[in-house]
Amino acid sequence: MILGPALGLSAILFSLGVAGVLLRRNAIILFMCVELMLNAVNLTFVALAQLYGASGQIMVFFVMTVAAAEAAVGLAIILAIFRHKQTVDLQNINLLRG
Amino acid sequence: MTLTHVVWLTVALPLAGFLANGALALWRPQAKGLVSVLGPGTLLGAFAVAVGVFLELWREPPHAPIIVTLWPWLPVDRLQVDLAFQVDQLSVVMLLIVTGVGSLIHLFSVGYMREDPGYARYFSYLNLFIVFMLVLVLGSSFPVMFIGWEGVGLCSYLLIGFWFSEKANADAGKKAFIMNRIGDFGFLVAMFYIWRTFGSLDFVYVSEHAASMLPAGGAIVTAITLFLFLGCTGKSAQIPLYTWLPDAMAGPTPVSALIHAATMVTAGVYLVARTNVLFALAPVSSIVVAGIGALTALFAATIGLRQYDIKKVLAYSTVSQLGYMFLGVGTGAYASGIFHLATHAFFKALLFLGSGSVIHAMHHAYHATHSHDDAQDMRNMGGLRRYMPWTFGLMLVATLAIAGIPPFSGFFSKDEILAAAFARGAEMPVFYLFYGMGVLAALLTAFYMARLMAMTFLGENRTGEKERGHLHEAPWIMTGPLVVLGALSLVGGVLNLPHLVGGHAALERWLEPVMEPALSLRQLVMPEGSTEYLLVGAAVAIGALGLFLGFRATLARPIPTARQAPPDTGFALVLNSKYFVDELYDTVIVRPLVWLSRVVLWKGVDQGVVDGVGVNGAAWASRLAGGGLRLLQTGQVGIYVVLFLVGAIWILRAVIR
Repeated sequence: MILGPALGLSAILFSLGVAGVLLRRNAIILFMCVELMLNAVNLTFVALAQLYGASGQIMVFFVMTVAAAEAAVGLAIILAIFRHKQTVDLQNINLLRG
Repeated sequence: MTLTHVVWLTVALPLAGFLANGALALWRPQAKGLVSVLGPGTLLGAFAVAVGVFLELWREPPHAPIIVTLWPWLPVDRLQVDLAFQVDQLSVVMLLIVTGVGSLIHLFSVGYMREDPGYARYFSYLNLFIVFMLVLVLGSSFPVMFIGWEGVGLCSYLLIGFWFSEKANADAGKKAFIMNRIGDFGFLVAMFYIWRTFGSLDFVYVSEHAASMLPAGGAIVTAITLFLFLGCTGKSAQIPLYTWLPDAMAGPTPVSALIHAATMVTAGVYLVARTNVLFALAPVSSIVVAGIGALTALFAATIGLRQYDIKKVLAYSTVSQLGYMFLGVGTGAYASGIFHLATHAFFKALLFLGSGSVIHAMHHAYHATHSHDDAQDMRNMGGLRRYMPWTFGLMLVATLAIAGIPPFSGFFSKDEILAAAFARGAEMPVFYLFYGMGVLAALLTAFYMARLMAMTFLGENRTGEKERGHLHEAPWIMTGPLVVLGALSLVGGVLNLPHLVGGHAALERWLEPVMEPALSLRQLVMPEGSTEYLLVGAAVAIGALGLFLGFRATLARPIPTARQAPPDTGFALVLNSKYFVDELYDTVIVRPLVWLSRVVLWKGVDQGVVDGVGVNGAAWASRLAGGGLRLLQTGQVGIYVVLFLVGAIWILRAVIR
């Protein structure tokens, strides 16, 4: 049983992801941090599947699918922003300011 | 299957006429020939059915009203109102008057309105009026009657403002409608009261159960009858709501004859007669009805003394005669009230149609010479008997009838009402006062009618040199109905010939099954013997004296034409200006109401409170809140994420705990 270390690792990965999203300004890095959080959750699912059956495993596939779709859409948006603004620094992207 | 069970045909025929004429008015207004057939034709058909129904009832007088139900109309819980017609002795009398006099007036209109561009529209309105009037008299319950009650008001409005391109005519229509709304409010409140008290709105149910369910002279029945009477004062032009009727003369003259003399304005009298049990249970209300009637009879007659417009004289005369009818039904002589209603329908329709002939001739004469003088001003007439002998003779018959000269119809009906008021005086002395007012009004009636006849038909002609040659008698389609009405005015008295002259009071006996519940509650002992002779003698003397004085006073001096006449002064001006009642209403009611609406309700409440605090205040508040909240919308994704995370942790904390 490596449940404890697995959950611990997952927590560390998730926190890293959150910290990255909060602190970094580069859209690509931010994006990678989101992926990091998703994968931390995946790890939790897989680890807990030992206790609660295969539904955790199945959930992981859904998350991976969503992550892939999200990567495609997200990267396309970032590319479009870059073409428009010549930068991917989120500090400069505030069109929706009220 | 008898005719009585298809009594709805009398309503359906004019309704078909209305639809056909209305369609023609919209798409083929020049098809006057077809309209001339459809308009009077459908009504003559209705009259034929009405005669058939009457004959059936005559052969076998029913003891209870025959109810002809068409379909359930308002089935709401305990409130069950059917669209049903009630055929009994009273409604069949009204049915005959409305369709009979209506047919004659339709025929007259064919001649009178021939050259009007709105010919088809006119006949469609006239047909529609008959539809609603018949619903009014045939309705078997208060709500069905109310449909007719409102419908005739609508048609009255449409026909008063028939020549709506003149603002005065459109205003007169509005005035009639609004005055009637005040009365209708009373009718509605009375209906609510009746529903609450009886749990039914059918005439039959109410008259059967009234005596057992309501204490005589109680507050409820008094309130019901007073509110009903408020409705009557509006529809039948009694004090204080009478002012619309003289203005209603703005409509075509046959309309004045049909709606504002013979039929619609008598609806109030009919309503009181229909609900006779309720009024018999409420002596206070009956005194109010009789008092208002007597007062109106006298008051309107004095105004009629000093009017110059021939139709205005007749209008005030109508108000005055309606007062007599209310005096009759208020006294408890319901049959006499209905009797006067019938004879008045004959002679007043004749007077109005006769004045229509006169106006027709005058209008043509002035039209031929392009003069702009007033074709309705009696000061411009005079000596017309030489040009219009038929009209003169027939109007003379009507004048003698309304003045109460025997053996003309008005004598019998008016005398009966006055005798009834006198008889009631033995029990309630205030009725002696009403009797006195009625007698005085009779004197004035004879006087102003003599003045009207003298100014119009006697003396020298004042129309003008050039115009004189164009004066001529009306065509036969117009004089024909006049002859029929003249015959009816002459012999209408046989309807209810008193025992005094060897009659059997036929109408009174005929109506007895309908009036019986009220008569058993509130007996009326009519005077007999020497008292009766004295009353009759006094009535005849008063009428003859009035006529004599009227002719003498009018013919004593030459009458100046409308252009040359000096303005009235003193009391004559007060009478000519109708006691300034319109001005009084304007100052006391209309102006304060307009001020209240404009300054308080519009500027204050609407613009200040509703617009200011409500509408603009709500907008201001949301703008302020939005201005605060937009500070959060920085556009910085980082800040959103922080907020999101804070929110997520907060929710997580709540869920886990």
